[in-house]
Amino acid sequence: MTRYIIRRLLQTIPLLLIISVILFVLANKMGDPLASFGGRRRIRSDDRERLTRKLGLDKPILVQYAIWLVGNDWMRVDIDGDGIPDEYGTRKGVLRGDFGKSFMEKRPVLEIIRERVSNTLILMLTCEVVILIFSLLIGIYSALRQYSTLDYVFTAFSFIGYSMPIFWLALILMYIFAVNFKQWGLPYFPTIGMYDLAVGRTVGQIAWHMVLPVATISIMSVAGYSRYVRSQMLEVISQDYIRTAYAKGLPERMVIMGHALKNAALPLVTIVGMDLPLLLSGAVVTESIFAWPGMGRLFWSAAQDTDIPVLMGILVIISALVVIFQIITDITYTFLDPRIRYN
Amino acid sequence: MTTTEVSWEFFEEEIERPPLTPAQVAWRRFRCHKMALVGVGLLIAIFLYVIVGAFIYSEADANRTDLSITLSPPSRDHPLGTDGTGRCILARTIYGGQISVLIGLSAVIVSVTVGVLIGAISGYYGGHIDAILMRFTEAMFNIPQLFLLILLAKLLSGKIPTFKLLGRSFSGSVIVIIGVIGLTSWMYLARIVRANFLSLKEQEFVTAARCIGSRNFSIIFEHILPNSVAPIVVAATLGVASAIINEAYVSFLGLGVQPPTATWGNMLDQAYHHLDSEPWMWFFPGMLILLTVLGINFVGDGLRDALDPRALTQTE
Repeated sequence: MTRYIIRRLLQTIPLLLIISVILFVLANKMGDPLASFGGRRRIRSDDRERLTRKLGLDKPILVQYAIWLVGNDWMRVDIDGDGIPDEYGTRKGVLRGDFGKSFMEKRPVLEIIRERVSNTLILMLTCEVVILIFSLLIGIYSALRQYSTLDYVFTAFSFIGYSMPIFWLALILMYIFAVNFKQWGLPYFPTIGMYDLAVGRTVGQIAWHMVLPVATISIMSVAGYSRYVRSQMLEVISQDYIRTAYAKGLPERMVIMGHALKNAALPLVTIVGMDLPLLLSGAVVTESIFAWPGMGRLFWSAAQDTDIPVLMGILVIISALVVIFQIITDITYTFLDPRIRYN
Repeated sequence: MTTTEVSWEFFEEEIERPPLTPAQVAWRRFRCHKMALVGVGLLIAIFLYVIVGAFIYSEADANRTDLSITLSPPSRDHPLGTDGTGRCILARTIYGGQISVLIGLSAVIVSVTVGVLIGAISGYYGGHIDAILMRFTEAMFNIPQLFLLILLAKLLSGKIPTFKLLGRSFSGSVIVIIGVIGLTSWMYLARIVRANFLSLKEQEFVTAARCIGSRNFSIIFEHILPNSVAPIVVAATLGVASAIINEAYVSFLGLGVQPPTATWGNMLDQAYHHLDSEPWMWFFPGMLILLTVLGINFVGDGLRDALDPRALTQTE
């Protein structure tokens, strides 16, 4: 097992390198990185030349990548363009935890991301809990009462939920629960931001502001997963050991909770692990719509401003998380299901 | 006694009939799949909507701006209302639908081509080629698709000028979006095809083909590929649905097909600003996306059940 884990971890190194090369090339070719450097002001052409040299943007893309990766504090950089290296660079490179400075805000990328990451995590973890609870409840109910009216209703809703663009669902929820509820004089949900500026960042405020975004993301995912749980559950309850459990006189409740659920819920672990990229990219759209100050929205604004260091920071961190979560998922799975062995 | 006679007749009938080809079996199973038939119905309705509709409204109707009737609610003249520049939403959903469906289908052609090529080469040749291609596939697979979409869409936006085809002018961004969606969604297919090739290339018919001197090219495309058509068809069908959704995402973020060419996605682009006062502007395009994707998903589900080789052996 230890060997397996070590091998998997070693395999991630080349994988992450390839991912970062692909991302780096795409991000750097995406647009003029200096376009937004001076904020609203236009950059003078000699400034632009100096900046290009200072940021190393005049170098071949792979050299730029190498600098991004290992930094340039060990080599001299030619700043005035006379071909003679002037001073040592200041960047340490990603491998030493330096993701560079944002072109827009001129602050370290990690600092900017750190401010946002907790907001995204609050949203995502809540979603994950809601998704798990509801897909298990709906899935199990549908399996135990197969072909009942409610089963058909859930099936219909899950297909519809699965086929909607997430932002359209968001618009509809906003229209019903914010716009119409307000018109009808009912308590209505806020559609923008994390908390009321007048009230401040309290738990109640955040929870209240979270209702619609969480509902949007959860409905989409529950639609898919409840089907999955249903088919898993159907498979499990036709197994011999379930019949045995009934035969020895256990009440249905205990058969379901004690025997069936454990086995049916197992594959959900994989799904939740793999879910991360889906949730995070769903968050780009959801966070943009609900003006939630998280990573997704940060990514989107950085993409609009061609703020390459921030873009690369987010992309690399998320891709690394995806890869690592996959390994964690695989390993957790072996602990939960002793039938599976890796070697 | 009567029961045995009945079953004998039954058997004779079975024997007289020529055996069904796999395609016939699949068609029979598909026909029995209620949801798949609903899906087919939905898709036919959508096709009629975007094709018959084009005879009633001309493309000029879809792009004509009339500032005297901006943002008017559904009425007799404009059954689905008008948008911010007074264009008829109904006409735009018809022409937008054509583009959206076109993008969905073409993007899948791109992704199937790339996915099958990479998967087939990787699975067939193995070794270093396989290692390199699969590392690349895996790397692409681990980057959330929406991020790739945004990066590529920004990278390629504005690179292709407007062009004319069949008497209509298309914004070059249509091609860009097709390429971008196609190039970000082939990874799953490549994996399936590779896995299929890995097991199929060890079978006797491949050895036989090699013995009679078939070239690699013909073994890959004429002998092995036809055997992995079923999963490709299913993945491609479902791929059309996700391509249409992806087009909507990219357009919603403002990186999609540029106006005046309408798509369902870019009709939703400005929707956010009209959330409360003009719901017709975003409701109808979104509804059409939903119905189309729903129809495709139903059909895809039916195809999966109908083409499932395990299920096939059970009925034979």
